[in-house]
Amino acid sequence: MRPSRFRLPLVHLLVAAIFLTLLGRLWQVQILDGERYDRAAFADHVRHIAIPAVRGRILDDRGRPLARNRAAMTISVDRVELGRQPDRGRATLRALAALLDRPYEELSRRMTPCGPRTGKPCWAGSPYEPIPVAEGVPARTATQIAERPEDFPGVSAAPEPVRDHPRGELAAHVLGYLGPADEGAGEVGRDGLEASYEADLRGEPGSREVVVDSAGQVLRTVREQPPAPGATLVTSIDADVQAVTERALERAVRKARGRGAPADSGAAVVLEARTGRVVAMASYPGYDPEVWTGGIEPDDYRRLTSGHDRPLLSRAIQAQWPPASTWKVVSTAAATGAGYPLKGRYDCPGSYRVGDRSFRNFGGADLGVMDLHEALVQSCDTIYYRFAHQLWLKDHRDPMQRMARAFGFGAETGVDLPGEAAGRVPDRAWKKAYWEETRQRTCEEAREGYPETARTDPGRAAYLKAIAAENCARGYAWTAGDAANFSIGQGDVLATPLQLARAYAALANGGTLFSPRVGKEVRGPDGRLVRSVVPPVTGRLPVPGKTLSYIRDALAEVPKSGTAAGAFAGFPLGKLAVAGKTGTAEAYGEKDTSWFASFAPADDPRHVVVAVISQGGSGGEAAAPAVREIWSGMYGLEGRTAALPARSRR
Amino acid sequence: MTPFTSGGTRLVPRRDDVPQWRAHAPLTDRAGGVLTRLRRDRRRAALRAVDWTLLVPALLLCLTGTLLVWSATRPRMEAAGEDPQTYLKRQAANVLVGLAVMTAITLSGHGALRAWTTPAYLAGLLGLAAVLTPLGTTANGAQSWLSLGGLDVQPSEPAKVALVLMLAAVLADGARGRGFALALAVAALPLGLIMLQPDLGTAMIMVVTAGGMLVVAGLRGRWIALLAGAGVAAAAAAWFLGLLRPHQMQRLLTFADPMADPQGAGYNATQALVTVGSGGLFGRGLFRGDQTGGRFVPEQHTDFVFTVAGEELGFAGAALILVLLWALLRRALRVADGAVTPFGRLAAAGIACWLAAQTFVNVGMVLGLAPIVGVPLPFVSYGGSSTVACLAAVGVLMSVRRQAVL
Repeated sequence: MRPSRFRLPLVHLLVAAIFLTLLGRLWQVQILDGERYDRAAFADHVRHIAIPAVRGRILDDRGRPLARNRAAMTISVDRVELGRQPDRGRATLRALAALLDRPYEELSRRMTPCGPRTGKPCWAGSPYEPIPVAEGVPARTATQIAERPEDFPGVSAAPEPVRDHPRGELAAHVLGYLGPADEGAGEVGRDGLEASYEADLRGEPGSREVVVDSAGQVLRTVREQPPAPGATLVTSIDADVQAVTERALERAVRKARGRGAPADSGAAVVLEARTGRVVAMASYPGYDPEVWTGGIEPDDYRRLTSGHDRPLLSRAIQAQWPPASTWKVVSTAAATGAGYPLKGRYDCPGSYRVGDRSFRNFGGADLGVMDLHEALVQSCDTIYYRFAHQLWLKDHRDPMQRMARAFGFGAETGVDLPGEAAGRVPDRAWKKAYWEETRQRTCEEAREGYPETARTDPGRAAYLKAIAAENCARGYAWTAGDAANFSIGQGDVLATPLQLARAYAALANGGTLFSPRVGKEVRGPDGRLVRSVVPPVTGRLPVPGKTLSYIRDALAEVPKSGTAAGAFAGFPLGKLAVAGKTGTAEAYGEKDTSWFASFAPADDPRHVVVAVISQGGSGGEAAAPAVREIWSGMYGLEGRTAALPARSRR
Repeated sequence: MTPFTSGGTRLVPRRDDVPQWRAHAPLTDRAGGVLTRLRRDRRRAALRAVDWTLLVPALLLCLTGTLLVWSATRPRMEAAGEDPQTYLKRQAANVLVGLAVMTAITLSGHGALRAWTTPAYLAGLLGLAAVLTPLGTTANGAQSWLSLGGLDVQPSEPAKVALVLMLAAVLADGARGRGFALALAVAALPLGLIMLQPDLGTAMIMVVTAGGMLVVAGLRGRWIALLAGAGVAAAAAAWFLGLLRPHQMQRLLTFADPMADPQGAGYNATQALVTVGSGGLFGRGLFRGDQTGGRFVPEQHTDFVFTVAGEELGFAGAALILVLLWALLRRALRVADGAVTPFGRLAAAGIACWLAAQTFVNVGMVLGLAPIVGVPLPFVSYGGSSTVACLAAVGVLMSVRRQAVL
């Protein structure tokens, strides 16, 4: 038979159907759904890469850098390139680890993208950008990598900006530090000014839109938004005064240790009395902020945050002690406010009986009859016990607590530094709340006693058991004894050095209470002023000017003939009249904590200097000499060069 | 009109099948003399044998294909640090070889074509058998290549031409009885060898081609139904008896739901669709596709060359390629219609079926209408074997037409 002619049109028809189907589908894919596929393709081959902005500098009051950036040789690894190697880059990473003398696991961890199950360190940035695995590498190592690209494929060495502290440990606590950001790559301020002014210092990161191939290799740049560098923070810190303060603090701690005191830590603050600006803020022990550069080692971090030392703690704002006799400024103002005349004369016996307990004068001395001026100069305790007891008996509105709060105690100062402690102004409500909170344990201890302690020190155990028994039964009540302790800044009162400094600044400047500020100006990278930081006024002391002036006069006498006379022996008070108050905080079973709070010049105060040496001895013994050294360093006395510029001393 | 005799059957071409220019051919001859006229007629006939309606689409497709292959391979070669023009040169050479083969076949007469059919078929079988020996090399899960002195040859491509010619020869006497049985045997031999590679795509195309030729050859309806049923049963058996390799199963499953595993088995399917879809109406311009430049589609210069057209030339360019292929196939069917021998008619129709099936499988695979099976796009994909086979097919078509015209 012959091939069927009429079946050819059937094939024609099938061919037409095939091509119409394909053309229709092509139309659907490219035209109807084109936009969707275009987006998918864009997601395939376009990547956004963040370009970090150069972080702004932190300057001192006179424009000297406290924190800036320096170029550090940074070793970066291209994950994509490593992934293309036969063993997924393991050999390369091992060779790199050997060259850098770091564990392979560390490098590997730093390259692992952060996920819900990965611990730190991990890489939070884009997998398409090189991942920095080692910073601050010696130039020789960087050269070795650059010269042997065949041994280190995907590894590059380039200078990258890292934080630099030209003055080393100076003001480390105030400056704070950088840590890896929670989201995305790069570092953010984690403490101190670096954290408070993060938004200003950070700048605006740029972005780059690149076309990549299927292996992630960048083919070309589509768009680039250059980063805007961060602003410069000008602080009111004077680097020279800061250095003087830190040296004086360290010396005082060493001297106290030489006397056999534990002197575990200390802090010092220098404020401008009239503006509330922080000129210096020191905390002992200090540390070198370089440990943060390039990611902190776990061992270093443990050393900074654990044990008794805890050098990371900024003790000027984060540590609190009972303010002891420095507190008498508050008590004096409260007593005169409650009706005790300024010019009155009061007896200062060796001890004062409150209920069934006898409260002793410091040292147990009977100092006779005196006025309030003398009470401050000699730091008589019994006069204040009487005030407190009598006020406790007749007045339930707690004038001393109210005065303490007016001086800014019991609340954060609001300084532009993170992590500030609030201190404590105990009162009836606090006592009751605290009792309820601790009652169960206290009552248990009252029943069981302290068998552990009893084995070594039966006397102490019995004492503690008696206290626990009383606290269990009547711990909710604000007793006359509590009031007496409160009046001399002991017992449950707590204050930070900065709180005390700003209270003394308010006393010195005639009653204005500031929220202190370290930052002064934010300036753009071009030097243009972006904004000024002015310490806000948070309150005025409810104390007549006459009373404040009376207290100031009394405090001016302390270094001359009072409790700090020994510490200021030989100090040219004629050139710089320093006024101040010692404080010796007692704690059962511990050495006394030493305070000295001061301002100068006494007749027209410009600055306030406060120092505390934890377990350093009496106020006149440890803290007052440190403050003396700070004053003479600031004003160029006793053979020193003045750390303060002339305009601030006049 | 001159009646032709072939295989004892008289065939008279339809009036409208004769091209118009032939109707106006000069009747007088100034030089005079019968011999001279005969010689000159032959020369003219050689030129007339060139079917421009067939050749122009084929040449345009080859040219476009070469450019697309160049665009697809340029970034790959650059990334590998090699001459980016490597594949441009190679494909140009492939096209030239193909054109030479096409010319040779075109000029060979009806008798020569029939005479060479059996040797070509046997050579094809030999090649397919050789592939299965250690001489063959494996790529993408199929042992389909022969390495001959540095030249990679895929015997299944020329085998398609040989099969079409052999089936045409066997079925020339009708698709009944002995002819039908022979045809089944002729088709089964290469099909079996190809299934052993295994190359599912080529096997599918051969089945469709053979089936189409049987239909055109006049196979009875009930036999067609029976064969179709057997085919479905065989496919089902292959699937359920586990005759398919895992990667083939995976491809077929992926076809059902390409987005199920976009990074794994569905990667090709997804990337192909995304790349074509991102081209829009006019595309990104030749050499300017970011998906192509970024090497997102594997095998982009061979089986997925259509994605380059989709992205860089847009709907306009990709549709033009389809229209050119369609035009070529329409012409092939016209040639079949006008063929003066059953052999020619069947050969032309078989070529049309083969190219139509292959185009559908290839473009359908790119556009998500067919599973991912490795078959090249006729004339366009990179590959010497495929290009030469396709141009050889054009040669067969022109030879058939030449016979009708003379």
